[in-house]
Amino acid sequence: MKMRQLLFALPLLGFLGIGAYLGIGLTMDPSKLPSMLEGKPVPAFDLQPLQGRDDIGFSNDHLKGEVSLVNVFGSWCVACRIEHPFLMQLKANDLVPIHGIDWRETDRLAGPAWLKRFGDPYTRVGDDPKSKAAIAFGVTGAPETFVVDQQGIIRYKFVGPLTPQIWAETLKPLIEHLRKEPLS
Amino acid sequence: MIAEIGHFALVLALMVAIVQGTLPMAGAATGNQRWMAIGNHAAMAQFLLCAVSFGCLTYAFVVSDFSVMNVVQNSHSAKPMLYKVSGVWGNHEGSMLLWVLIMAIFGAAVAAFGHYLPPGLKARALSVQALVAVGFYLFILMTSNPFERVFPPAANGQDLNPLLQDPGLAFHPPFLYLGYVGFSMAFSFAIAALIEGRVDAAWARWVRPWTLAAWAFLTIGIALGSWWAYYELGWGGFWFWDPVENASFMPWLVGTALLHSCIVVEKRDTMKAWTVFLAILAFSFSLLGTFLVRSGVLTSVHAFATDPERGVFILMLLIIVIGGSLALYAWRAPQLKSTGVFQPISREGALLLNNLLMGTATAVVLLGTLYPLFIDAISNGLDKISVGPPFFNAVFIPLMVPMMVAMAIGPLLPWKRADLGRALRTLWLAGLMGIACALWALWWQDGHSPWGIVGIAAAAWLAFGAMSELAERIKLFRVPFSDAMRRLINQPRASWGMTLAHFGLALTIAGVTGAGAWRVESVQTMAPGDTVTVGGYEYRFKGAQDFTGPNYLATAAVFDVYKEGDFVVTLKPEKRVYTVRNFPTTEAGIHTLLSGDLYATVGDAKGDGSYVTRIYFNPLVVWMWIGSGFMVLGAVISLSDRRYRVGAPKRSRMTAAAAQPAE
Repeated sequence: MKMRQLLFALPLLGFLGIGAYLGIGLTMDPSKLPSMLEGKPVPAFDLQPLQGRDDIGFSNDHLKGEVSLVNVFGSWCVACRIEHPFLMQLKANDLVPIHGIDWRETDRLAGPAWLKRFGDPYTRVGDDPKSKAAIAFGVTGAPETFVVDQQGIIRYKFVGPLTPQIWAETLKPLIEHLRKEPLS
Repeated sequence: MIAEIGHFALVLALMVAIVQGTLPMAGAATGNQRWMAIGNHAAMAQFLLCAVSFGCLTYAFVVSDFSVMNVVQNSHSAKPMLYKVSGVWGNHEGSMLLWVLIMAIFGAAVAAFGHYLPPGLKARALSVQALVAVGFYLFILMTSNPFERVFPPAANGQDLNPLLQDPGLAFHPPFLYLGYVGFSMAFSFAIAALIEGRVDAAWARWVRPWTLAAWAFLTIGIALGSWWAYYELGWGGFWFWDPVENASFMPWLVGTALLHSCIVVEKRDTMKAWTVFLAILAFSFSLLGTFLVRSGVLTSVHAFATDPERGVFILMLLIIVIGGSLALYAWRAPQLKSTGVFQPISREGALLLNNLLMGTATAVVLLGTLYPLFIDAISNGLDKISVGPPFFNAVFIPLMVPMMVAMAIGPLLPWKRADLGRALRTLWLAGLMGIACALWALWWQDGHSPWGIVGIAAAAWLAFGAMSELAERIKLFRVPFSDAMRRLINQPRASWGMTLAHFGLALTIAGVTGAGAWRVESVQTMAPGDTVTVGGYEYRFKGAQDFTGPNYLATAAVFDVYKEGDFVVTLKPEKRVYTVRNFPTTEAGIHTLLSGDLYATVGDAKGDGSYVTRIYFNPLVVWMWIGSGFMVLGAVISLSDRRYRVGAPKRSRMTAAAAQPAE
């Protein structure tokens, strides 16, 4: 009889576990996760260029010398599509160079086609089908955007689609501040 | 003024719900008839108040009252009327109001049509329903008031998210909510039964129609959502295993299991505790879905409200409702005694297998949906994983194949004890057609994608299996043809429902398989006069033109499609930019054929008159929608079955035998 009662209590126990997890999940703001890498140099990576794009790939060496954004995206990612028009707007106004990491494409042509279709806001784009750079960056999902300073140090990480509000309130002031920092 | 009336009506509805949640319950416990009867009137009053409240918000949207914050944020005076109205529920606050309205509608329906219910069960079920509603009223009034004013009034609104300005999506949320909330009825009956400590055939007979109705609505809602994704997102895909899609799929899976286990309780007086558990679970998943969407705990396109304060509130609600009911379950369910016994190979066994597979499928989807969150919680945000379609396809498809194999056999097995060989002999035609269709798929698609071939074979097996079962039941070719036809007409509607729904699922699976496994895609830049051949069809690009819609600017392209030189159709895909939010959307040009969809979208202009175009051939897609239609039709026909219209307070040998080969 005891065993039988325990069996009927299992769903409750299972649910309490899930509830606890959800509770922990809620305490973490999904869009402003602290990145372990903030304040650290960009991890070493070297990615192949996207097919049909006339650049020579994208590596950590390209991130030195000016403040830039590194944006992780993928043609499979719905939220990236939501974010995309805003990136195009940044590009049109030439506000900051944006580099892209095309993450986890199963088809080598999907990323280039996506950029052809919706516009290409990126200065450089690396193809990252096997998550090599994404793992080094601790990428959690797409889209995700990193602010990198002149010395190639990650200064900020934003998870989720960039919006004009985030730009105006956080990224723009931060970028302007970083640009004033002396190159040491 | 109108907005204040709406707000006031909502507060009154909360008060009525508190009364409805307590007095009838207390009345049922103490045997006070008058207190129990209050449940009926309260349910009606709650419904009227909710309707007034919802009507007021709708009015504010229709007349574009820009002194109401919600209207400012989600509407625009230039928006077409259809989307002004759908804007009411196209946002967080309004959709929660829709949720309580639907809950009140279901409650009122029980009050109005539940004459045959035992008074105690009815009073308790209405009380439980009201208690859940109280939680939602508080949620709306405390964290998401749709009637909040803004001063000074805005000159114009910020428009509705253009992706949502679409007929498919205008009606997607109401159907989804009708489904979600519909499961609250099964839930309320389950809790009431646990309190009473009794689950019998009459109980199952009451729960099943509510579950069927909820299931049908949810099926429509999910189908509309995929249909929308299919033509609006412009990728030729229809299902992305997005967390929010999963959130609607899990209650559907559990609801499907519940539908089937209710039959066992009704006919065989066994699997009671399990059925009650499924009833609790189906609604719990609906609530969980709401939590996932509304709290922003998972980032997703659908999550148009991301607000931790609301998340905390819903989580509390979730813990009280689900935790409370599972605690009650742990306490009371061991006392539910089943009398029926059965062997593994029997109708009961087959239905149990359905339940196990559906349960496993749900667990897998739940795991895939929450896993990224779990990893996040364990590692304190350091480590994150995203689980995509490859995971779901890898685990879900292998579960669905045995499911479909068993689905054709199950209805052929008699109750209690069955002969598997005999059932299989009836299915010789289905087996033959399965093999034939697999060979056809192999030839048609040159053999790539083995899962595709398995999927087509399974679909054919199930479709012909469902028909063979019907033929067996009416003794086709074994009795004179006119007798068989008479038997066909006299089949109980519930069994018609089963045949149609199973057949519909087979068609749906065929569509999903075709589009998933054999899609042909081609992306290119085309100048006027260029042609490209995709999936055997030749697309001739005639050029594109800009024009202005009511609240958007658009580029419309024209393609003439030919098959072996013969003209087939003209496709006119559009690319729109909604001016208020400066938001681009795609309107695919689609021509549907039974063998597959011709699907074209147009992208950016290149400046020299050429455009980026994307052309797909999506095989068999239309069968997915037709199949969904069959499933819903099956549910509706089953709902009209005689035994739900005449109440059956007592289970007798006679009625059980008369309704025999059901579902």
